[in-house]
Amino acid sequence: MGHAGLQLVSDMYMQELCERLIQRFDCDQVVHQKADLSLLRVDKDKLESTLFYLKTHEGFVHLSFVTVIDYIEDDIFRLSYMLHNYDSKSDLAVQAEISRTASTMHSIHHLWAQAWTYQRELKEMYGIDFPGSPRVNDEFCLEGWDGPPPMLRDFDTAKFCEERFVDREGRESQDIKQTMRENLYPERGES
Amino acid sequence: MNDVNDKLKIKSPSAGSPPGDGKGPASAQLENAGLSLEEQQLFCDAAPVPYEPYSPEFLERFHNWIRANSMWVLAFGTGCGAIELNPLMTSRFDANRFGIQMRPTPRQASVLIVAGYSSIKTLKRIIRSYEQMQGPKFVIGLGICTINGGMYWDSYNTIKRLDRYLPVDLYITGCMPRPEALLAGFMELKRKIKAGECDGANRYVKDFEWYKANQKKVIKKWDMPDYNW
Repeated sequence: MGHAGLQLVSDMYMQELCERLIQRFDCDQVVHQKADLSLLRVDKDKLESTLFYLKTHEGFVHLSFVTVIDYIEDDIFRLSYMLHNYDSKSDLAVQAEISRTASTMHSIHHLWAQAWTYQRELKEMYGIDFPGSPRVNDEFCLEGWDGPPPMLRDFDTAKFCEERFVDREGRESQDIKQTMRENLYPERGES
Repeated sequence: MNDVNDKLKIKSPSAGSPPGDGKGPASAQLENAGLSLEEQQLFCDAAPVPYEPYSPEFLERFHNWIRANSMWVLAFGTGCGAIELNPLMTSRFDANRFGIQMRPTPRQASVLIVAGYSSIKTLKRIIRSYEQMQGPKFVIGLGICTINGGMYWDSYNTIKRLDRYLPVDLYITGCMPRPEALLAGFMELKRKIKAGECDGANRYVKDFEWYKANQKKVIKKWDMPDYNW
């Protein structure tokens, strides 16, 4: 488990912490990834208070990142908030699931000011709205984007490119394995 | 191996693009519709004019010889390929011995290297920089991405063919081309300039409307003058 020499946290610490959180916030599921990394899933309405508690009571004062995974099959977005504790040198990912069709989430910019940048990115790339987050509707890294949010899994990039950009005539796709065998290693048979 | 090379051979830059009907510069006055009324007063609204070669001809040839020996490159790293320019300029490959040097401003540069992929956002800056360069000016497309999109062939935010947006004088293919390939490319550009074959800037003027239409098709937020001079 982890780096033997560097490990500062015992397994017990993380387990106890997670048990406390489960009692207090009625979390669904805990994955102990490593001794110093755990995943925790809470209801989306309890996420804000969970993060607030972790920040003020448990020493998880640093928000490392906010990210989202698009589970198109289950029609959900899974948001992950990765927190870091400088004292115990451990990480905790708090996850919340929201509906993919009505994708709105509570903003946490009042807990960590840097969160609004992540929220702005998620708004542009996945179309998830964070009401009240500063400048959330501004352009983040795309300029004058007029298509659907580009990181959604049902956004067909190849089709979009075909419509917007022009291929060079004569460009053809080849089966690399087949082409290399025919042109470079003709003496080698089927393997 | 030869068959492979034949298959992979890239067509010449002019293939399948600008109409080249030589209609000449579009209208004398550009609309600058992307700017506010206030800003329209601040920017030039004249269309570019073609470059007239010196006459008699030997004077033009003499000037071409000078241009070929003082290729000043705009130090604008437009993509990942710019990383190959650093070893090119420093002691190992020392491009300075061929009269190639970096300039910090488009006003002093005559060669623009579009190094690798260019996203829509970068393309806008590339166009601005290119148009601000003084003629005669040359464009080098560096890397496969400028030729047919390369590994970004299905990227929603990256152009596939540079020659639809800017007149490309020379391509150096590869992903990434090594500094040796770049040097070979510069030597080829030098030969072409000396032979008077690099008429990219004039092509840009002649097919100005075609290039602008292509540029505006992908750059949706056009908040700059139609011709940046």
